[in-house]
Amino acid sequence: MNETELRAKILGVLTGIAPEAAEVDLDPMVGFRDQLDFDSMDFLNFAIGLHEELGVDIPPRDYPRLATLASAVTYLQSRLGE
Amino acid sequence: MGEFRMPSLGADMEKGVLTSWEVSPGDEIRRGDVIAVVETDKGAIDVECHETGTVREFLVEPGTEAAVGTPLAVIDVPGEEPAGGKPVAAAPASRRVPISPAARRRAGELGIDPATVSGTGMQGSVTVEDVEQAAGGKPAEEETSDAEPMRRAIASAMTLANREIPHYYLGSTIDFEAAAGWLDDYNRDRAPDAQVILPALLLKAVAVSVLEVPELNGRWKDGAFAAAGSVDLGVAIALRHGAGLVAPAIAAAETLPVTELMRHFRELVVRARTGRLRSSEVTAGTITVTSLGDRSVDWVYPIIQPPQVAMVGFGQMTRRPWVEGEAVVARRVITATLAGDHRVSDGRRGAVFLEKLAECLQTPEQL
Repeated sequence: MNETELRAKILGVLTGIAPEAAEVDLDPMVGFRDQLDFDSMDFLNFAIGLHEELGVDIPPRDYPRLATLASAVTYLQSRLGE
Repeated sequence: MGEFRMPSLGADMEKGVLTSWEVSPGDEIRRGDVIAVVETDKGAIDVECHETGTVREFLVEPGTEAAVGTPLAVIDVPGEEPAGGKPVAAAPASRRVPISPAARRRAGELGIDPATVSGTGMQGSVTVEDVEQAAGGKPAEEETSDAEPMRRAIASAMTLANREIPHYYLGSTIDFEAAAGWLDDYNRDRAPDAQVILPALLLKAVAVSVLEVPELNGRWKDGAFAAAGSVDLGVAIALRHGAGLVAPAIAAAETLPVTELMRHFRELVVRARTGRLRSSEVTAGTITVTSLGDRSVDWVYPIIQPPQVAMVGFGQMTRRPWVEGEAVVARRVITATLAGDHRVSDGRRGAVFLEKLAECLQTPEQL
């Protein structure tokens, strides 16, 4: 999966949790907490959605790496490459 | 033959707007299926039907405002004589499209069925712009000072609470080290969908503790308190970007294992924030919990939601110096607050509740 495809999948998962994600021009460097008003439940649902979509197990200690779109792409690329 | 009527989704609801049909005439439906979306001052609610049968005809079009109790559709129930009459032409079934509460609200304001709008957002989701385009390029109105329906509903409930409920407030800082450690251990090797987050543990602790003080769990009705037989636990869920607040209830929360409670809670949050709460969930709880710990709040001073008589608030889990024996140690702690109703209980009884809460959080594995 290339980066564009991965990014599209991540955005798909985000939209399922926060339809607002489709309406804002997400800044990949700014946290979802600030841009989408994410809380701990949203991050958990994000991890669940990514697991379902990509088959990647994401342990709780790695949740901080899902904080922004850019960091999530980097993290998931490395996990998918394992 | 059964009639599907505009449901009452809360004691204060008088009318609602049928936003869309989620089924078509001729469709077989089962009790509990979502058959329509109704816009209320609590937001859009997925309305479930109470009968199993076949949809015969719709009596109102999407976009219609109707008083509670107005027949909206005719349902043929098996075993009953089907009534005569020609069914109306089948309307196309609504597509389920992702849509934000803001876009859904805008669609309601403009009298548009969101299912008929082609979405240009991610995954074909419908944006506010799409809705306005569909309405004939009607320009977005400037923000006015007119409060949104949900904001008005919140304001009117809180005004009533402050006017009629003689509140008392108690707070207690709870040693949360055992509970936090248990959560860390529990979640470490579990897949995300099997994890339990802190607020779910707090919900279970409240549900169990309030059994000890039944005068905090129930409703004030016609000048008297009616204790509830089970703990239908209201959970305050903030919508994004200040769009409002909903408090759907988890029925009989005291009987659910923490993992089950967590699953219900998680689904409720997603549905509340994507505008898809179900009618069976918006019926009021018997006590409500609010947790603001995610945003660095230490204390919450809750306002009771009428007709309930108590509300519990939680602040953030934080590390604080804690005296243990003669030593000062670093401990994870959390502050619980209780707003109680003096018409029903006193501070002393509220204190028993907070004590019980602190106690059961010392043995989280038993929750």
